[in-house]
Order: sequence, then C-alpha cells, then structure tokens
Amino acid sequence: MDIYLPIAEVSVNVFLILGLGGGVGFLSGLFGVGGGFLMTPLLLFIGIPAPVAVATEANQIVASSVSGVLAHWRRGNVDFRMGLVLLAGGFIGSTVGVWLFTLLKQMGQIDLVIRLSFVLFLSVIGALMLVESVKAMRGRRTGAPPKPKAQRSWVDALPLKMRFRRSHLYISALLPLTVGFFVGMMAAIMGVGGGFIMVPAMIYLLGMPTSVVIGTSLFQIIFVTANVTLLQAVTNQTVDVVLALLLLIGGVIGAQFGARAGAKLRGDQLRVLLALLVLAVGVKLAFDLVLEPDDLYSLAGIGTP
Amino acid sequence: MTTRRRLAVFATGIALFAGLLTATFVVPFGLLAGRSAEAEIVADLSDHLVAITTGFTGARVLLFGAREAEGDVVVVVRGPRRPMVVRRKGRIAGIWVNEAEMRFQDVPAYYTVASNVPLETIPDSVRARHELGSGFVRMVPPEPAARDEVMAFRAALIRNMQGADLYYVPEPAPVAFLGDTLFRTNIILPANAPVGLYEAAIFLIRDDDVVSAQSTPLQVSKIGFEAWVFDFAHRHALAYGVLAILIAVVAGWLASAIFRKD
Repeated sequence: MDIYLPIAEVSVNVFLILGLGGGVGFLSGLFGVGGGFLMTPLLLFIGIPAPVAVATEANQIVASSVSGVLAHWRRGNVDFRMGLVLLAGGFIGSTVGVWLFTLLKQMGQIDLVIRLSFVLFLSVIGALMLVESVKAMRGRRTGAPPKPKAQRSWVDALPLKMRFRRSHLYISALLPLTVGFFVGMMAAIMGVGGGFIMVPAMIYLLGMPTSVVIGTSLFQIIFVTANVTLLQAVTNQTVDVVLALLLLIGGVIGAQFGARAGAKLRGDQLRVLLALLVLAVGVKLAFDLVLEPDDLYSLAGIGTP
Repeated sequence: MTTRRRLAVFATGIALFAGLLTATFVVPFGLLAGRSAEAEIVADLSDHLVAITTGFTGARVLLFGAREAEGDVVVVVRGPRRPMVVRRKGRIAGIWVNEAEMRFQDVPAYYTVASNVPLETIPDSVRARHELGSGFVRMVPPEPAARDEVMAFRAALIRNMQGADLYYVPEPAPVAFLGDTLFRTNIILPANAPVGLYEAAIFLIRDDDVVSAQSTPLQVSKIGFEAWVFDFAHRHALAYGVLAILIAVVAGWLASAIFRKD
C-alpha cells in the first residue's frame, strides 16, 4: 500500500516505513539507544530527501524521548538543573545548527554535510562500541575489573561553577553548556537526539552518576529536538508529520518488543551486532560518497516551487 | 380558410423559419470556417483536473480530437514553469562534491510530446518555435555562461527529468487515428507529477509548418488531506511546527501510558 508523503512529496510503501520504524524501535528498546543515528541514514537510503529526513526524524525523536523520559522521571532519575543548563547550550546549538543547515541547503552542500557527518560519527561510534563490547566479553571471561575514571584537572579550573545536587557535582556550567551546544548542533544538522554522544560525555567529561545520565539526556533531547522541529518547520518547511507519525507508530511498538527481548537476551553479543550494523551503515554511506555517481549532474527543486 | 391554404401558410412559415435558421447559424459558421485556418483541428481532454490524493500513483488523461484537414498531429504537454538548479559533482579529496551549478529560469516541470510521425520529419525552426521535442524546450540561464557549459547543464537537466519520469523518453508517444479525422493519445502523469497548471497544445502540421493549433488547460492539484497538510506547512509554518511537536508529545505520552509496566 503506497502513501503519498505531503512534505517529502514522494510515494512510499506504508509497511516499509512502519517496518523501518519498528526495526529501529526494536533496536532502541533493546539497547536503550535513541535510534536517530540509524533512522536518518535509512530514510536517505529509501529515497526521502535529506532535508526532510533530518527534520522529520527530529520530530519523531521528540515523541520517543517523551515516552522514555516519563519512566525515568517517575523513578526520580532526572537532574533538572543539569538538564536546564544542557538545554541552554542545546537551544543555542540547535538554533545555530538550523541556520547553518539553511545556508548549506542554499549552497547545495547540505546532502554532503549530512552524509559526511554520519560517516564520521557512525564509524567512530561503531568502532568504539565494537572495541568496548569485545573488551567487555573478554573482561567477563578473565574477570578483570573495569578501568577507573580518568582524572579531570583542567576541568576543575574552569569558572562559573554550579552545584548540581542530584548529580552530586560542583562543576563549571561551561562544561554542560558546551556539551549541550554540540549536541544541539548535531540534532539540527543530522536529525539525531545525540544521546550516543551526550551519554558518554556526561559520564566521562562531566562525571555524572550513571543512574541520572539517561533520564537527564532524554529530558534535554525533548526540548532540543522540539526546537529543531519548530525551526525547521518555520525556515525550511521540511517536517513531514505523516512520515513522522508512521515512524512513530512503528517505533513505539518496536521499542516495546525490543525492551522485552532485551530482558531475556544476553547483551554482549547483541552489542557486537549493533556495532557491526552501525559500522555497515557508515560504510555504505562512505561508499556512496567515494564511488563515482552514475550522473555527475543533479537537479534541485523538482518538487518544490 | 381551406385546409389547403392553411397548409400553404404553414409551409411558408416553416420555410421562412428554416431560412432564418440558416442565416443565423449555418452561414456565419460557413464563413468562419472558410475564412480561418485555426479551426482545422479541435481537441479536448477527458479530464481537466488531476487530483493528487493519498493513494496517488500517477494518472492517465485521454486527449482526443478531430482534424478537419490533412496534416500530422503533434501534442505537447507542458507543466508549470519553474526555476531549476542543476549541480555538477567533482572529485575533491576522493569525495564527490557539488562544485558547479547553473540556474535555469522558467523550465517546464513536466514535458511530454506525442506525434503520429517521427519528430525529425519536422523542420528544426518549427520545432524550436513550438518546443516540439525535449531538445527544443526553451530554458535560459539568467547569467551568461559559455555555450558548451550551458549545453552540458541543459542536457543534464533533461536527462535528470527523464530519469524522474517527468520528461518523455525516448520516443514521442503515439497519436492514434480512428479513420481519417479522429485521433487520440494518452497523457501519462507519474506519481511525482508536480502540481500546477499544465497546458496541452495540439498542432496540425502540413507542408513543414504549423497550419492550425489549439491549447487546453490541465490542472494538477493536491486534493484532500495532503493538500491541506502541504498548504498548512507552507502558509502557517509556525502553527504547523507547534502542531508537529504537540502530536509527537501526545504520541510519546500515549505510548508510555499504554505500555507502562508498573
């Protein structure tokens, strides 16, 4: 059954989109990842225009983060003070990001920048995950303890110190501001929540306790992706609510199955699989950039007046 | 009055009426037909409105007509004219990057041609004047550029439009004749047909020139939910953005409420 997407202006198979949403949702439920970093490239692969894919995915992440944060909120695992500081950086970063996005779109380079960003991030994240999960598997066998946290000396010297009670931290506000800024920019340009960058940054750079990291990052992601959705809708008119809704339905259902499967399955081997999948998507994107295209010429603005 | 006389008056009346009829309708029509060569071809579409709805997978519109005189029939359908940007990739540090672009103004967003003869039989001057064949579609870059470059970008534009099923490939569609005067052809609109006002132009060609022509409009519109969404997104972008966020928030909350385990 084909459906015509009003903003993307292409006909797509409903079940393909629901399946994509479900598949990525399953993975996000299984591993507790947002899934935007997989969904946006997959949307590109099935022929959704890059600007629409990015903006629509941001819209979908609003929904998945809302449903995710509620559970953490009930358990009191959200550091709102830290979330707000991250958010301030995120607002600035995403606003700058959308502005940059519009500029690059006019220059005809947005596709390239989106794809390059994904190649970079997916290969780095995929490689790190692979190394980490292989290490964890070995570690469990040999029984070696995990490495202690790295020392932070220059970080403590920064000004504008703030106290974050829930996180048991007294650190410079500049740190979460900076983290929020970069993640906000990624949300705008890549259509990802940025959890896969923010969570490690919060743990290793800010030194936050693991228990509040996911809830707080989800809290921040809701508002940053909402900001991206709004700005993309206003400046580029690239948010496709029909596509977002379809992805959302598939995603919600998939995530539930993923979470249930995750409780039963062994994590380590699955993490290796996820790492390989992330790497595969990155490699495919990289190949598309390096291989000579069939036609060196391309058209802009067939659909839109 | 006898029956005979009454009949005679009646007959005279009929005759007068018939004469009047002839005078008012037939004679001017004959004069017109004799005076003008424009009426040598008439045609119309089975539909003047194509609606793009949720399940739109393309449409077929029948064009039918009659020629009153000898000649070949060529039908050209042009979509709304729009500015278009063609970009060329080049290799920079091993990666293919858009490095050159050319803008064209007023490019038909859809173009197809149907003919009962190969288009090559028509002189280039005539084809250029009436845009008969995609090689003759008028597209001009507003900024001056080298001729070779313009030709390369122009060819790329046509090639890409053909690839998107928006320009005909490679031969013109057939115009089928029923007997000597009646003809018909199908206009195929693909799923990605751009919206706007199209024009179907019908030409009668004799002795290497257009002797008669007619054009008829074709409106391609988004109808229903899609049209509403597209319109809303463009006209009330802020409200659309807010609504998109609200939908997402409600959907996310619903999902968590439905699947809540504790």
